[in-house]
Amino acid sequence: MTVRFPSSRALTLLILAAAVALLPLLFPSGYYYRVAALVWISGLAAVGLNVLMGQAGQVSLGHAGFFGIGAYAVALGPAHLGVPPWASLVLGAVLAGALAWLVGRPVLRLRGHYLAIATLGLGVLVAIVLTNESRWTGGPDGMRVSRLVLFGWRVAGAETWYWVTGGALLAGTWLALNLLDAPTGRALRALHDSEVAARVAGVDVAAYKLRAFVIAAVYAAVAGSLLALMNGFITPDQAGFLHSVELVTMVVVGGLGSVAGAIVGAAVLVTLPQLLTLFQDYENALLGILIMTFMIFLRDGIVPSLGAMLPGRRGAGAARAA
Amino acid sequence: MPEFLQFLFSGLTVGAVYAMVALGFTLIYNASDVVNFAQGEFVMIGGMVTVFAHAAGVPLPLATLLAILAAVAVGLLLHALAIEPARGASAVTLIIVTIGASIFLRGVAQVLFDKQAHGIRAFSGDAPIVVMGAAILPQSLWVLGGAVLTFLALWLFLDRTVMGKAVLATAANRLAAQLVGINTRTIMALAFGTSAAVGAVAGILITPITLTSYDAGTLLALKGFAAAMLGGMGSPLGAVLGGLLLGLFEAFSAGYLSSSYKDAVAFLTILAVLFLMPSGLLGRRAVERV
Repeated sequence: MTVRFPSSRALTLLILAAAVALLPLLFPSGYYYRVAALVWISGLAAVGLNVLMGQAGQVSLGHAGFFGIGAYAVALGPAHLGVPPWASLVLGAVLAGALAWLVGRPVLRLRGHYLAIATLGLGVLVAIVLTNESRWTGGPDGMRVSRLVLFGWRVAGAETWYWVTGGALLAGTWLALNLLDAPTGRALRALHDSEVAARVAGVDVAAYKLRAFVIAAVYAAVAGSLLALMNGFITPDQAGFLHSVELVTMVVVGGLGSVAGAIVGAAVLVTLPQLLTLFQDYENALLGILIMTFMIFLRDGIVPSLGAMLPGRRGAGAARAA
Repeated sequence: MPEFLQFLFSGLTVGAVYAMVALGFTLIYNASDVVNFAQGEFVMIGGMVTVFAHAAGVPLPLATLLAILAAVAVGLLLHALAIEPARGASAVTLIIVTIGASIFLRGVAQVLFDKQAHGIRAFSGDAPIVVMGAAILPQSLWVLGGAVLTFLALWLFLDRTVMGKAVLATAANRLAAQLVGINTRTIMALAFGTSAAVGAVAGILITPITLTSYDAGTLLALKGFAAAMLGGMGSPLGAVLGGLLLGLFEAFSAGYLSSSYKDAVAFLTILAVLFLMPSGLLGRRAVERV
């Protein structure tokens, strides 16, 4: 690792807090609050996935499965089990974490493309179950989600959700940044650079990979719950392969290993389709071209690429650490 | 017994298609280390171009030829415009590039063609052939025969021609291949073209049975990838074996257990196998160099 500066962690948080606080000044309508809230939610999932992909160096092509578990937890809990939405959110996160912990050991033993297909399969299986168990989940058409009520306060409206999700992203980012500076973060980076070297240095490689997998799953589940509660509606597409790819692309486009990058990547991937709806029929073709272009020309990701352009002490290394 | 035979034949038919898609994955992976998630789109192009060319009055044999040529052109363009410029990027980045390509191709197909499902009439009629109480569609025989011919042609090409040996050499060791004077860039283009042709053939053969649409490739790519990994990534024989096994598992579980979980079988199988054999059925054990 290159030399890191103690300020970069605080700086990331400060910039994010400022962005959350000041962006509404630029918003002409409620629609913008909604899009920004979507960015914060995807950002939360991407920050979690970055712990797994960027820090531990393990790919997951099925992360939307955990997102879907969180989303359907807050949908099914109140509708079928009588669990209040907030408790369902916690339950969903625990469930996703438990599943990740359970399958994590055998899955994370795999390498490269074998790991990719195993995580892909896992995610697709969750999506298939959610689609098929239509008596519970409403099938491919999705289901309604009851409103979040906290201490008698009914959380509703784009503006309110903007602040709730913004706060959740700030908390998640703070946790992730702290984690990366803790021994866990150092161990993860070590095994990213070289698994063998990390093992020789006494890092329990399997245990740390598993920890990163569980953390990433919990982040995704919470993000999924927030999305379901905000939209008041959920479909199995949220757990599908394409959404998994979107999450991975966010992390890579922003800059693998950079917490700030994960959020920037989420902003790009959420706002792009909103802009592309202007092109109607050509929307998907353009989205495909843009993803390819980003990956070919900014293969290190936006934040590290920008960091490398800045002169002086805040070089690429500092940007990666942020 | 008739039931068993029925499931066996439908499993082999679907399995042959998975095997062809998996073989396409393997060809490209061996030549370039790229896992091409746009593989399913070659199958879609094969089906859709045939359907639309035939509807425009082109005779069926010529329409299928057009479809294969279209897929090969797309494969070569994919290599030249997306894979070659991204050389040296990480495996994940390359995967995202090919997924971007697959989203792009789907987007173009939905504009160029439409969003409906389309079929073509079976090549030699729809009257089922009855074998020991099981009804077999003549088109299934076309699929199986076409797949066998494709495998044979590929094997002859790889084993008996200088060009084919150059492909194998590139797969074995790219640097060494370059040192003996093989133009590995041409070989990679060749792999993308061949892989596209194999995919298109699969798409043409299966369209009379399953219909096709602009997004028919997505699930096929995932299952083809699963089949290739099941056999062991990089092994052509493994790809064929993995494809056939997935097709059979799917048909038997759909027949005897539940058809609504048919699509889950491929992914359950791959997880179960990888938990026990982390390099697939025929894959080499990976040794990491430090």
